[in-house]
Amino acid sequence: MQRFVTQVSGGIMATTQGAAHAGQTRRDFLFLAAGAGVGIGAALTVWPFIDQLNPSADVLALASTEVDISKVPLGQQLTVLWRGKPIFVKHRNAEEIEKARADDNAPMPDPQKDADRVKKPEWLVMLGVCTHLGCVPLGNQGAYGGWFCPCHGSAYDTSGRIRQGPAPRNLEIPPYAFLNDTRIKIG
Amino acid sequence: MAFQSDNKVVKWIEYRLPIFTLLDHAVGTYPAPKNLSYWWNFGSLAGLMLVIQIVTGIVLVMHYTPHTLMAFNSVEHIMRDVNYGWLIRYIHMNGASFFFIAVYIHIFRGLYYGSYKAPRELLWFLGIIIYLLMMATAFMGYVLPWGQMSFWGATVITNLFSAIPVVGESIVTLLWGGFSVGNPTLNRLFSLHYLLPFIIVGLVILHIWALHQHGSNNPLGIDKKDSRDTIPFHPYYTVKDLFGVAVFLLVFSLFLFFSPNFFGEPDNYIEANPLVTPAHIVPEWYLLPFYAILRSVPSKLGGVILMFAAILILFVLPWLDTSRIRSAQFRPVYKQFFWIFVANCLLLGVVGAKPPEGIWVLIGRLATVYYFAHFILICPLVGWFEKPRPLPTSINEAVLAKRRPATAAGE
Amino acid sequence: MRKTILSLGLAAAVALGVPALVAPAAQAAEGVAIPKMSWSFAAPFGTYDRAALQRGFQVYKEVCAACHSMNLLAYRDLADLGYNENEIKAIAAQYEVTDGPNDQGEMFQRPAVPSDRFKAPFPNVQAAKAANNGAAPPDLSLMAKGRIGGPDYIHALMIGYENAPAGFEMQPGLSYNKYFPGHQIAMPAPINPDGVTFADGTKATVDQQSRDVAHFLMWAAEPKLEQRHRLGVQVVLFLLILSGLLFVAKRRIWSDVH
Repeated sequence: MQRFVTQVSGGIMATTQGAAHAGQTRRDFLFLAAGAGVGIGAALTVWPFIDQLNPSADVLALASTEVDISKVPLGQQLTVLWRGKPIFVKHRNAEEIEKARADDNAPMPDPQKDADRVKKPEWLVMLGVCTHLGCVPLGNQGAYGGWFCPCHGSAYDTSGRIRQGPAPRNLEIPPYAFLNDTRIKIG
Repeated sequence: MAFQSDNKVVKWIEYRLPIFTLLDHAVGTYPAPKNLSYWWNFGSLAGLMLVIQIVTGIVLVMHYTPHTLMAFNSVEHIMRDVNYGWLIRYIHMNGASFFFIAVYIHIFRGLYYGSYKAPRELLWFLGIIIYLLMMATAFMGYVLPWGQMSFWGATVITNLFSAIPVVGESIVTLLWGGFSVGNPTLNRLFSLHYLLPFIIVGLVILHIWALHQHGSNNPLGIDKKDSRDTIPFHPYYTVKDLFGVAVFLLVFSLFLFFSPNFFGEPDNYIEANPLVTPAHIVPEWYLLPFYAILRSVPSKLGGVILMFAAILILFVLPWLDTSRIRSAQFRPVYKQFFWIFVANCLLLGVVGAKPPEGIWVLIGRLATVYYFAHFILICPLVGWFEKPRPLPTSINEAVLAKRRPATAAGE
Repeated sequence: MRKTILSLGLAAAVALGVPALVAPAAQAAEGVAIPKMSWSFAAPFGTYDRAALQRGFQVYKEVCAACHSMNLLAYRDLADLGYNENEIKAIAAQYEVTDGPNDQGEMFQRPAVPSDRFKAPFPNVQAAKAANNGAAPPDLSLMAKGRIGGPDYIHALMIGYENAPAGFEMQPGLSYNKYFPGHQIAMPAPINPDGVTFADGTKATVDQQSRDVAHFLMWAAEPKLEQRHRLGVQVVLFLLILSGLLFVAKRRIWSDVH
């Protein structure tokens, strides 16, 4: 954009530089101002055409979802769609919670305590998107009793933490809150 | 004379693809008559509007859904929810009108100054084809929002083809893709509406190429003789065109921001309903004169033929106009008839907007007859019998003559 | 120079004269001239009057919504009227909307949330027709742009109900309206004096309710009007200055030719 401005005003200036007129600096300023005006106008015009690509108001309005968790049996997982991506709502049993806590200090690529990943220990809410390249991991599989991603072999534990395989980070915890004992609001 | 530069990158590219020489010859050093008036700005303004329509159109397609159940709502989605959607939609909507404003002034400039005469006949033909494609594109685009006018305008105009003897009905069914204007129709018009503008771009390139063969005409209508008659396009006409763009965009902005629905029809804010016909079906303003000619003829087939003839007759103009003088500046009789023709075209436009009843039927018929009389009778006869004013010896002479008495600079 | 001015003058005359000839045709067919109103949102600097919008919304909600849908508006759009998130949630929650299918495959009812569209009074056009003597009440989302005269016409229509003049033949089931094309309208007079009680205490005359609901419907049809006016002022000013600069630049460059 800078170059365009200089080219427009420079082009105008270069051709008239031959003529020897008094008030050269005044004329140069005029051409610079005009050229700058055209350049600025062009730049300002571009913004709406880029911003229209951003999420529209109706998409932004669906930024949050409420989920009824009352019917999820112990040990089972509910998968819901949030912002177009799957969310795992896992109703963990005592064994799974224990296993997760026991490994809190085990060596792992992305160390995190289980307590930091849940609000209520029996409810694990996380994005079902493998942090490697985005496949949806399968539940109750893998060497660590949690999830296993069939695409490239990443294995997550019962807290959704990456333990083995190419994925760099633990399964992401979305923003969520308990509205009451049976409803959570995600996003 | 190839373009010279010390820049290494420029030289590298230039050796492989002489794009800089091309630009230099086409826009940089390209010799243009030194006496072009502001009536010569409208070609570049039309080009500007074409670019604006294509850019806004491509963006709109990112949010539009070409299905009868969703089209209307998708346009409202653009107006309400898409960031700056209202702006982009209104630019596209009003851009079409301003595209035609620029092109109509451009065409009438050509008619006044004899720009269609030898050796620019092919340039003129390309222009007419571009104009035809513009009308087709605009017509199809108007159908896309799927409002009442969209649907019923499409119904009326596609029904015209049934006037063709023997195969008419089959052709209409083919165009519709069904038994009435419906979803198949909408989808194919959408596809063609996206396609045609790029064909127009190709024709515009040919149009400019043809122009550059012999250069622009000028208000005096006389050929350039030597380099004293011309000035390099850059910086003289680049800056003049840029100024024209700023003023044109200013007028455009006044409508865009403060009266964006001025050129439109309220009925198109009602979703298409095949069971309810609007009281007055009217096309967009730029098609009104042809609509008037169409309705002037009692026979359906006659109306269709005359409507197309009204545009096709422009192809014959270089031969219908028998005068050897190009510019109306030196043709006092033709000049009068030109302005009468302009008034007649405006009258046809007014007639096109009125319901076809009462005095307007007669006026429409008279205006239609006069339209064709202008080309078939007046142009040849005036050309033969008119005594033109004496032409100046050269463009340069004429410009110098204007300069000698110290009047405010004429342009 | 003279020729330029003449040409520009001609162009201006054409630009103003032709629409003047064309436009009244549409009005004349309708007959009675609509009283012209002055609105706070008129171009070029106009903005919406939030208080009027809220009163108009109240009229829509309590009077019109019984029969007229507003399918293009969502409850979240009411933020433009000055309501905050909690107020909007409360307004939306007053309505039950259909959702589903649930895991049993059934559709179910639930309170509306801000992202939902305004609840329609009838599930489809046929039901609307059946409940209204065969004439479906039209959706109001774009009414202010879908009729000649726009908000002026809506206001006129609301105050235009009167007794048919002597000798005028009324069809059964229709009401006489001074401003409706043809004068016979299927909708009975919807607005009554003090029919609603405005939260801000404004007296709810028929004229006041009509003006406020027309104001609200204008916003419903064109929610981006204020942004449009604001950007327009900036763009026009910018282009005026730029045109001036470019004109002087052009004169300078052309000074050796003239």
